[in-house]
Amino acid sequence: MKSVRIAGGLGFYGDSWQPIKASIERGNVQYVCSDHLAELTLAILQKDRQRDPNLGYTRDLVPMLAELLPLAVPRGIKFVLNAGGLNPLAAREVLLNALKKFGIKLKVGVVLGDAVLERLDELQAMGVSLAHMDTGADIAAVRDRLLFASAYLGARPVVEALEAGAQIVLTGRVADAALFLAPLVRELGWRWDEWDRLAQGVVVGHLLECSGQATGGNFGGAWRSMPDLAHIGYPVAEVWENGDTIITKAPGTGGHVSFDTLREQLLYEVHDPRHYLTPDVDVDMTTLRLEEIGADAVRVTGATGRPAPQTLKIVAGYEDGYMGQAMIGYAWPDAFAKAQAAASIIEQQMADSGLRAEETLVEYVGYNSIHGPLADPSHLDELNEVYLRVAVRCADKREAAKLERLFPPLALSGPPFIGGAGGMTGPRGLLGIWPTLAPRAIIEEYIRVSVEESEL
Amino acid sequence: MKKRLVDLAHARSGDKGDKADLSLFASDQQTYVLLAREVTAERVRQHFAGIITGPVERFEVPNVLALKFVLHGALNGGASRSLRSDTLGKSLASALLRMEIET
Repeated sequence: MKSVRIAGGLGFYGDSWQPIKASIERGNVQYVCSDHLAELTLAILQKDRQRDPNLGYTRDLVPMLAELLPLAVPRGIKFVLNAGGLNPLAAREVLLNALKKFGIKLKVGVVLGDAVLERLDELQAMGVSLAHMDTGADIAAVRDRLLFASAYLGARPVVEALEAGAQIVLTGRVADAALFLAPLVRELGWRWDEWDRLAQGVVVGHLLECSGQATGGNFGGAWRSMPDLAHIGYPVAEVWENGDTIITKAPGTGGHVSFDTLREQLLYEVHDPRHYLTPDVDVDMTTLRLEEIGADAVRVTGATGRPAPQTLKIVAGYEDGYMGQAMIGYAWPDAFAKAQAAASIIEQQMADSGLRAEETLVEYVGYNSIHGPLADPSHLDELNEVYLRVAVRCADKREAAKLERLFPPLALSGPPFIGGAGGMTGPRGLLGIWPTLAPRAIIEEYIRVSVEESEL
Repeated sequence: MKKRLVDLAHARSGDKGDKADLSLFASDQQTYVLLAREVTAERVRQHFAGIITGPVERFEVPNVLALKFVLHGALNGGASRSLRSDTLGKSLASALLRMEIET
């Protein structure tokens, strides 16, 4: 029975591509699929594009491929990456220029049509409400503050690009798992109504899309026993025509692939495991089996699928005020009491200076900045050190900037034994996320795929 | 006898918008049955009172001995507008492990 082997690439913009080298050199893979776009990455890319219309893609693309292509090209390995972000055409342009410089001749495909910000009026005119998916709120409240709006596309246009001969496919927003499903459909000849196979393919994609989270990274189990995370291997999948799959990693790499590492990733961020909705299939994960069949080898079988939804998800982002923040540390004895006293000084001075904050958050780093009200107070009196962190939410950027100016005077005019101030990086723009739905036909009508070859 | 979840299970959490998505994993069938009985959506909602503003949904995933919880209104409006240090709620799973249940 025919099979195909796929390597998981990055899990987000900023992730390391070093582990992908082992998957290429020793993982015997035919594809590398790489997810560069978290929910909020598009906001970062939109800011880039506002500064320079030739930006808007993830700028790790060229540095990453500069290191990986010399290993991948001789082996005929293809890439599918959503590094196109908000500007797949610009991403292709810089990549083609780089390939020319490297002397590598490759066909680069792009998938367009996910970016719908410019089409929102048209969508509304066609009767699409664009109401918030969770709250039902009217989009009018944020319409003039929107920075981007991208639909999650499925695997079909990626398959189209591969069929047109693309060796590298660059997309914008595509459902993360669809980046992986596409080469499976292409190589294994799956039809678009073979729901159980498509479901297996989505599960494979979901297991591989978060890099080290499948192989022992961020592992909630016996984390101490996880070997050599400094040289972690990213996951590799071998998938057969009937959908049966083995998840493994390259030999000689750190981490583990086990029932435990995979079930943590399987359920990661899926909400209802009986209905994991993707553009290509509605996946039921409760029917599948994970079986350890060897060292770092787990068989995945039995995911089932139902027909794909008639709507596609759109995620839009809007400007939502500014955050000002600052930190200052205090030492034993009475570290926590001193930090509390400092917080009181800051709060009084905020009031004195008329700082208008919609929300103020006081956290004590070293005590409750991660678990909040669930933090255990039993050792509070004997903390070696604690940092006061104050954050404010303001409608106005200048207002948010006022907070950090209140912190430096604490050094000479506040409680004793400070350990340095920090976190004063200037106000940061906050972003609201607006998830909504649109009929898929209206979105898919605008999908375009094109393939261009690099010149030498 | 009371036991903390940290001694019975492991967990991972992630985010979608203003929702936190927590999974709780049992090591064997017997523990799974115990967790399914004790760690109800309502108990999880009470546990996170002060952190979350909305309801909690629970999903059972017996084939991998797991329970999944979706916490609404859990992330101070969502990672990209949150004032918190843990913007993504990556540590809410470990906060769940503080819960004590009757075994």
